[in-house]
Amino acid sequence: MPMHSMAQTDPLIEKVSQKLAQVNDYVAEGVMKTDVSFIKASLGKVKIYFKKPNLLKVKKEGGISLLPRGGVSLTINTLLNTRQYTTIPAGNQLLNGKNLTVIKLIPTDDNLDWVISTLWIDPVEALVYKTATTTKENGSYEITMQYGEYAKQGLASKIIFSFNTKDYKLPNGITLEFGDEDPTAKQKVLKNKKGTIEITYSKYTINKGIPNNIF
Amino acid sequence: MWSLIQIELYKIFRRPRTYIAFGAIAALIVIIQFGLKIDGDTYAGFLMKDIKDTLTVDGKVLNGYLICYILLQLLLVHVPLLVALIAADMISGEANLGTLRLLFTTPYSRTHWVLAKFIAASMYTILLLIWLAFLALFASMWIFGTDDLFLMKSNYVVLIEQSDVLWRYIGAFVFASFSLLTVTSLGFLMSSLSSNSVGPIVGTMSAIVFFTILSTLNIPLFNIVKPYLFTTHMNNWKEFFDIKVNIDNEAIRGSILNIPKIKTSIMVLTLHIILFVTASVIIIKKKDILS
Amino acid sequence: MFGVLCYKFCMAVIKVENISKHFGALKAVDNLSFEVEAGQVFGFLGQNGSGKSTTIRMLLSLIHPSSGSIELFGKSIQKNRASILEQVGAIIERPDLYPYLSATEHLQLFAKVRKQKIEASRIIDTLTQVGLSHRAQDKVQTFSLGMKQRLGIAIALVHNPSLIILDEPTNGLDPQGIADIRALIQHLAKEEGKTIFVSSHLLSEIEQVANQILIIHQGKKMVEGVTKELLDPEKRIVQIKTMDDVKALAIIVAGGFSQYLLTRKEGIFLKLPTTAIPVLNESLVQSGIAVLGIETKNSLEDYFLQITSNA
Repeated sequence: MPMHSMAQTDPLIEKVSQKLAQVNDYVAEGVMKTDVSFIKASLGKVKIYFKKPNLLKVKKEGGISLLPRGGVSLTINTLLNTRQYTTIPAGNQLLNGKNLTVIKLIPTDDNLDWVISTLWIDPVEALVYKTATTTKENGSYEITMQYGEYAKQGLASKIIFSFNTKDYKLPNGITLEFGDEDPTAKQKVLKNKKGTIEITYSKYTINKGIPNNIF
Repeated sequence: MWSLIQIELYKIFRRPRTYIAFGAIAALIVIIQFGLKIDGDTYAGFLMKDIKDTLTVDGKVLNGYLICYILLQLLLVHVPLLVALIAADMISGEANLGTLRLLFTTPYSRTHWVLAKFIAASMYTILLLIWLAFLALFASMWIFGTDDLFLMKSNYVVLIEQSDVLWRYIGAFVFASFSLLTVTSLGFLMSSLSSNSVGPIVGTMSAIVFFTILSTLNIPLFNIVKPYLFTTHMNNWKEFFDIKVNIDNEAIRGSILNIPKIKTSIMVLTLHIILFVTASVIIIKKKDILS
Repeated sequence: MFGVLCYKFCMAVIKVENISKHFGALKAVDNLSFEVEAGQVFGFLGQNGSGKSTTIRMLLSLIHPSSGSIELFGKSIQKNRASILEQVGAIIERPDLYPYLSATEHLQLFAKVRKQKIEASRIIDTLTQVGLSHRAQDKVQTFSLGMKQRLGIAIALVHNPSLIILDEPTNGLDPQGIADIRALIQHLAKEEGKTIFVSSHLLSEIEQVANQILIIHQGKKMVEGVTKELLDPEKRIVQIKTMDDVKALAIIVAGGFSQYLLTRKEGIFLKLPTTAIPVLNESLVQSGIAVLGIETKNSLEDYFLQITSNA
């Protein structure tokens, strides 16, 4: 299997990168849903700010947001814009009825946090539908994307982050909870160790300029 | 009856001792607020240690709402002791002073006096709670600002939207008033049994400490009696801050996870109040006033 | 109108019948009976611990009697407490008050529990009456015992009651204070027509104000009578012991020898001129009653001292 250097980027990745390169910055509005077994949170309105090459910020409007640790900053734009990786083609896979090309990226810059990332790309649309990334410090996670109105710019209409969660437990002495514990919560903790955070985008404002202090 | 309540309130608020509790609460709250203002992030970091492995928490976690929750957690354990200071002195203090016989030779019956004293002590308790609410909630909101309430419970965390918090505090304070009135009525019962102030105050405090230990120990033998102990129910104001989730694990705005638990607790506490006050009335009615 | 007059002159304001009070094995009051008529100053005498305060507390329903009945203004205190106490003012034992309140605040506080509205001027007048107007605004914690006693009396008087019960009202007072209280009692009785029930452990304090005296010892009635008669130097207290005290008593009453005082197991106590003693003795013997002994006592003072010193 031939290795592609940075100069010999996979043409499909190049195509995707070119598509993404149209976007210098964007502000997107969306709704965020947190589904982690030990978290009870309601849907929250969020704003997502992006600026080339890899600045990204998710802000909950007037509230507290819970995001996968380090994961959000590694969306497809930020991943590819660094351009410091080599690519390994890994065949094709059928995903949700779509025949997707699988390409693995390996960073060439040791300072990058991620170790390997697998991309599932629609070769016709040049859209990335899924990424699976392993990071040095923040574990592995998957991002699944759906596209709509902004597919031309390679911007998703929905992003789902999936990640592994660790155990959560605070001693009763700290929480001062001595009553009977919620049994359903306990069960969930044991059953489901996978968390997801889902952002559904409603509107993108593209290339209107964003001050750096937002990030 | 209103005259008697006025008299009792007048006496309560003319006594220097009354203000100790208000001062103590203010001092405790200000110290905790100061500490959290200076070094709150370390405290929040410690609480979120487990979460931070998985998630990044973005936003003002240490806001007025969380500060109030922390304060209530700490103070609602100690406020009963301050309530006991006044409630357990209402009858025995006057018996000790010798003024009880002055009251009981007025045309009002002992039942009237006992109820007036209980109502006055209850009003004091409620005022203390309002003072606590003012300092713990409103002052914290003013000092630390407001944001969503991010609560770290023993087994899970709850993120309640900012606009969904305030009514929960109102509910929690109403609930806390039932808890503290139970302490008031217990102090009152102790007070009716004695002719000196120290015994009932120490007695009430000891009873609270004793039953709290029984309520918190997870020993099967004690678990049988736990549901009947008022101390088991006193802490259930926290239930206002647990939220229901739907099938997709989305928190449902404006919901409370366990309403029956709150209802049961209020019922148990109310029964205790009725029991303690009725017992006080009966004891005082039968008692020979020898002081 | 007649009703009011009759109430004023015919009815006993206090009627105590066979009351007893037991505290465990201790009999604090033992089968005590007496009546206090309207307008009387009734002296209730006994040494400390004789049962005076227990009796007074029973009159005021602070203590429930073990047995017997108490009527004030013709009504049972147990059943008509509120309406009775509306007409009663009392101080009981020590003048215990709220140290953090002033004299005026005390009177305002106790004026509030009365049905009729008590004007501010009445409060000032009452304080003046007991000689406390100059300290009206001072907190009680700065008061001497005597001043507290005066304020206690003021509390008893502020609602203008028709029956005033004063338990040891001169305790802690200096001679001037004692004289003032004495004058006040006389004023209240004579000028304002109040019925006054006053207790003391000193005969000298009672004899000058009371027109009726009852001496109690170890919870039992020892002597009761009109003060003038009891203190008449011409008459002596005579204790007669016979084989049949009931029959003897009938002869004494029928013969009009004396106002009957009381019978006890030690004998019958009466007040007699010394010259009448042999006549009484003869009457009893002629009626076939064996007289076991006749003993004379010098005066009520001696008698009182004798009782108290025996204790």
